[in-house]
Amino acid sequence: MSSERMTHLRRLEAESIFIMREVAAEFRNPVMLYSIGKDSAVMLHLAAKAFYPAPPPFPLMHIDTTWKFREMIAFRDAMAARLGFKLLVHTNQDGLAKGINPFDHGSSLYTHVMKTEALKEALTLHGFDAAFGGARRDEEKSRAKERVFSFRTANHGWDPKSQRPELWNLYNARVRPGESIRVFPLSNWTELDIWQYILAENIPIVPLYLAADRPVVERDGQLIMVDDARLPLAPGEVPQMKRVRFRTLGCYPLTAAIESDADTLEAIVGEMLLARTSERAGRLIDHDEAASMEKKKREGYF
Amino acid sequence: MNEAIAPVSTADYLARHEAKGLLRFLTCGSVDDGKSTLIGRLLYDTKLLFEDQLATLAADSRKHGTAGDDLDFALLVDGLAAEREQGITIDVAYRFFATERRKFIVADTPGHEQYTRNMATGASNSDVAVILVDARKGILTQTRRHSFIVSLLGLKDVVLAVNKIDLMDYSQSVFDQIVADYRAFAAEFGFRTLVPIPISARHGDNVIGRSANTPWYDGPSLLDHLDTLEVESGAMTRPFRLPVQWVNRPNLNFRGFSGTVASGTVRVGETVVIAGSGATSRVASIVTADGELPHAGAGQAVTLTLEDEIDASRGDVIAAADARPDVSDQFAAHLIWMHEDSLLPGRPYLMKIGTRTVVMSVTEIKHRIDVNSFQKLAAKTLALNDVAVVNIATHDPIALDRFTEIPQTGAFIVIDRMTNQTVGAGMVDFGLRRATNVHWQALDVSKASRSGLKLQKPAVLWFTGLSGAGKSTIANLVEKRLNALGRHTYLLDGDNVRHGLNKDLGFTDADRVENIRRVAEVAGLMVDAGLIVLVSFISPFRAERQMARERLETGEFVEIFVDTPLEVAEERDVKGLYKRARAGLIQNFTGIDSPYEPPLDPEITIESGALAAEAAAEHIFAFLLDKGYLS
Repeated sequence: MSSERMTHLRRLEAESIFIMREVAAEFRNPVMLYSIGKDSAVMLHLAAKAFYPAPPPFPLMHIDTTWKFREMIAFRDAMAARLGFKLLVHTNQDGLAKGINPFDHGSSLYTHVMKTEALKEALTLHGFDAAFGGARRDEEKSRAKERVFSFRTANHGWDPKSQRPELWNLYNARVRPGESIRVFPLSNWTELDIWQYILAENIPIVPLYLAADRPVVERDGQLIMVDDARLPLAPGEVPQMKRVRFRTLGCYPLTAAIESDADTLEAIVGEMLLARTSERAGRLIDHDEAASMEKKKREGYF
Repeated sequence: MNEAIAPVSTADYLARHEAKGLLRFLTCGSVDDGKSTLIGRLLYDTKLLFEDQLATLAADSRKHGTAGDDLDFALLVDGLAAEREQGITIDVAYRFFATERRKFIVADTPGHEQYTRNMATGASNSDVAVILVDARKGILTQTRRHSFIVSLLGLKDVVLAVNKIDLMDYSQSVFDQIVADYRAFAAEFGFRTLVPIPISARHGDNVIGRSANTPWYDGPSLLDHLDTLEVESGAMTRPFRLPVQWVNRPNLNFRGFSGTVASGTVRVGETVVIAGSGATSRVASIVTADGELPHAGAGQAVTLTLEDEIDASRGDVIAAADARPDVSDQFAAHLIWMHEDSLLPGRPYLMKIGTRTVVMSVTEIKHRIDVNSFQKLAAKTLALNDVAVVNIATHDPIALDRFTEIPQTGAFIVIDRMTNQTVGAGMVDFGLRRATNVHWQALDVSKASRSGLKLQKPAVLWFTGLSGAGKSTIANLVEKRLNALGRHTYLLDGDNVRHGLNKDLGFTDADRVENIRRVAEVAGLMVDAGLIVLVSFISPFRAERQMARERLETGEFVEIFVDTPLEVAEERDVKGLYKRARAGLIQNFTGIDSPYEPPLDPEITIESGALAAEAAAEHIFAFLLDKGYLS
């Protein structure tokens, strides 16, 4: 089977495995960021393949904002144990003590403190020189511009105007102490590729991706799930049971559900083929301001 | 992707989708030729834009757009804030779309000369190049440059998209003239297919379907062509190569070599060779997480186990035993320079080829190639975006193939050792000679026996600092002191050596590198002779001082930074050189119009402003005694 005759999914799989092996071989102390979403699920699955029969030679790390869906946390612990990964969980304790939350402080400040700052803190704490993320280039315009090996300064900042040239599959992994590389092994995958691969390889995913009756409130045309008692309800606002699912998963107050009857993987893919909005439309943080993703990435967001 | 799926089940759709092949192409050409607009048009017409993306596009078009009341498709791909504000493309963007037959990954690359390295980045992973030309402007320098780089990077299939044909009244003669001009200079590029298409990215003519506005054109639309073009890289039929990425050793019973097959095929039982050592063995198994395979081919990520316990590690190339790669430490190559800091022959850089990273230097620039006339020009250095044919020497022998034969093991990148920036991309032309044919002559008298007679540990005391810092004065005092004690020394002084050995060198960056390379070699030979060598050279660049250090064994190189502030050295101005440099009578004077890079971690620092020369010499002498150089 040649690369010309390999199907696109097998080509993508081989490319991701190559990238992961380069990182394991070239970096002193790599880590794989685990967001518990579908892209992370694929990334973990590929890591298990890349180093078989050995276990993956790096730990998983989850940045826990304490506002994840409860189902996600349970799923996270089960997956790490199943695939033999060491799991690190990090929360910005300072932010937690100050009670930073998406309601009182706004999604922008909240994301900055509990995700971006927490991530930077964790990377510095453990001295990681490479961190895998599951981002894809088809997600968003500034992501489409990013290298597979994306250089970060000692302050974890990204300078999109002076990225290292990246030719062929010859990735430049060289950094000075304190500097690091964010690595995106799923760069060339699309959302459809991800679902198709999950289906083909029978990869476990968080049940929130499948439709079920869940309590939601409607705000600005977006359906927000009431995952626990911390979601403040406006006067007269009453959670309603609706048949919903999520196209993308983040912190529950910042991730909108869609109404859906798709309760199998196949049904999800079928629904996606008819979709008229992109998956990031369900991410409330991207709407904060123009070029918001680029800005967050410059500051160290994944 | 939104073709009517109602009559077909999702399972059927997925089955069809899964069987699709993948084609990667780039759009390139000069600024404002409409590359981003074309990609936006392809995404729009293949119905890959979602409602929220269209809403954003409409808003962006009103704010930044250049298409009047129409949608400005370029804003779909120019994803960086700086790009949208300036209306230019700075870096390559990757976009995705699909037809019934194929999935496509498009690299939209910048047209500005300044960002050529980003264009090369996009081209290196593409199968096909779509080169745009503005019908109003015809062939420009950037059209030639991009076409040249596309051919250098080994792309064989090219589309010449003559864009904005609507603005030339869909004129056939305009189109024909541009095509003729293009063919005239592209003839020697060796493209397998060259398909010219008249298009209007803005209005969609001949992009998805054939346009009624160009009845004289009877070729395919752009998308039809990309959909049906057969790109066969031939990687399967070439000799087997697998650069080892990672040695997989989960337990004592398993030792596998993980890597992606770069070219050819391999079967269980076949004889393979570790290219560097020449050790051979047979393939015992081809392991993947999905089970063992009887054979594997180019593009597949696998883990090989071998029948014999032979030594191989990351960076080695496992190859077909009957068609081995060259193993050489000198080779000729085409080089594209990608950094604002010029390439300096003789300066050590890192190169990464396959999974191997080695120290290398350019020993000779054979010629630079003018991207407009394609003439061969003489060059002493290479500037940003220069393309040249060079000879390269590596520190250790490496396995390599001709890029035109096996691109995966003939391509390399160049990395600056100080900044870690990727500064160049190269393609191996051929090995210059087999390193195995050049042996070191074994000599019976060793460095240790020579220095043992002299009761000293040989070393280089490398004095670096500004002109007039006091290097030579201090070095002279140290040598006098050693000589009086019966030690065997030699002092290499910058000015003196330039009267003889380095008489042919000037003070450009390139000549300074060569100056230091020669002195480092001479000092190295003298250390081999058992001497304590004092080198007093400005030696302004860290990279070359590091080269000198690495020429020697650990402990043999003592870097002495004579740290005199520029004001003090200029105030002294013993030779009157600063005055002349300030007056513009001397060019490239260190500290004035040429940089000095102070050592980051020298063995000894002399703050010459504070310390008299005698005290400094005494300090150095004490160091030598203390560290056991004078037994």
